[in-house]
Amino acid sequence: MDDRRLETIIGRLLRAGVLLAAATVFTGAMLYLTQHHGEPAKYHTFVAGGADIRTVSGIVLSASHGDSKAIIQLGLLLLVLTPIARVAVAGVGFLLERDRLYAVVSLIVLLILAFSLLHAT
Amino acid sequence: MTALSFTLVVLTLSALAGFLGALTGLGGGVIVVPALTLALGVDMKYAIGASLVSVIATSSGAASAYVRDGFSNIRIGMFLEIATTLGAVAGAFLASRVGTHTLAIVFGLMLLQAAYLSFKGISNDRVSTESDALAARLRLGGSYPVDGTRQPYGVRHVPSGFAMMFGAGILSGLLGIGSGAVKVVAMDRIMRIPFKVSTTTSNFMIGVTAAASAGLYFSHSYIDPRVAMPVMLGVLIGSLLGARVLVHSRVKTLRVVFGVVILALAIEMIASGITGKI
Repeated sequence: MDDRRLETIIGRLLRAGVLLAAATVFTGAMLYLTQHHGEPAKYHTFVAGGADIRTVSGIVLSASHGDSKAIIQLGLLLLVLTPIARVAVAGVGFLLERDRLYAVVSLIVLLILAFSLLHAT
Repeated sequence: MTALSFTLVVLTLSALAGFLGALTGLGGGVIVVPALTLALGVDMKYAIGASLVSVIATSSGAASAYVRDGFSNIRIGMFLEIATTLGAVAGAFLASRVGTHTLAIVFGLMLLQAAYLSFKGISNDRVSTESDALAARLRLGGSYPVDGTRQPYGVRHVPSGFAMMFGAGILSGLLGIGSGAVKVVAMDRIMRIPFKVSTTTSNFMIGVTAAASAGLYFSHSYIDPRVAMPVMLGVLIGSLLGARVLVHSRVKTLRVVFGVVILALAIEMIASGITGKI
């Protein structure tokens, strides 16, 4: 394991994550447009949404029931997880390289990311 | 407007923004937010939420192409991500505290700075091969391809660069943008990292930085599926096309044209914020 190889693995991981996320969002989009295409689109004033689009558990639960908006959110959640996975993979890569300093640096970044994501649970 | 026509209009606008963003290197977010708020009257909070997810998509989507060329530096990126993610969390907290008008004005000011950079161009030729003491201890230096061989480079002024990256993170979390231009300035200008290494490493960092705000954006429901869906798909398609065209286009002329557009958007955005239209 060297840095170049590690970066190649990470690059592929990111690409796969984005493709999976985009496919999920697209699926939700088709479903949403089939069911709600005639509804008025009003976004002039911000109104906070419900748990089904705000929290990880709410999104997963509603998406499993086939709710189109929740499926879109699930795709967006996958998208957010992609760079987080990249940090985790890099951390493991640094461990394999026996680079303790950068394994710790990766862990710090991962903890900050986890702190933010915990707000959505 | 019905949901269907809204989706199609936003998809088209976002594809255009992603295309121009990739071509100029400024990212799609700086155009998507003004387009949604000024042209379609979408609330600023929906706009920055949608922009944030599109930023992650563009950054991650382009990463594998950059990696192949061997320019990005994973250690510099990871180390500076401590600063950008901390900043992004702070920025996202701040976004929920300040009003929409203030957000619009700050966004306008950021656009002014982006316009200034597109006129001026960002690059420095003073690359040194030696790192200063702190950068050497952090093993930040590396090498990058120049004419078929790998040219070594050093890194300098780590504390100042780190501080500027914290600022870039705040801006990203507050406005839902990648703030790639600020990241490049921090690496290229302050830390004396070669331009090509700075831009590719910045692209890597943008996704991680934006992901740090995403949790808070979800919990505040700034990320609305009905707005974010066409923005994410549109910007992704546009930026992938833009990256393909990039090699053949005359970037300098384009940057000036883009600069004028951004300048106009900046003025409109600040004016709307002050008069309370946004």
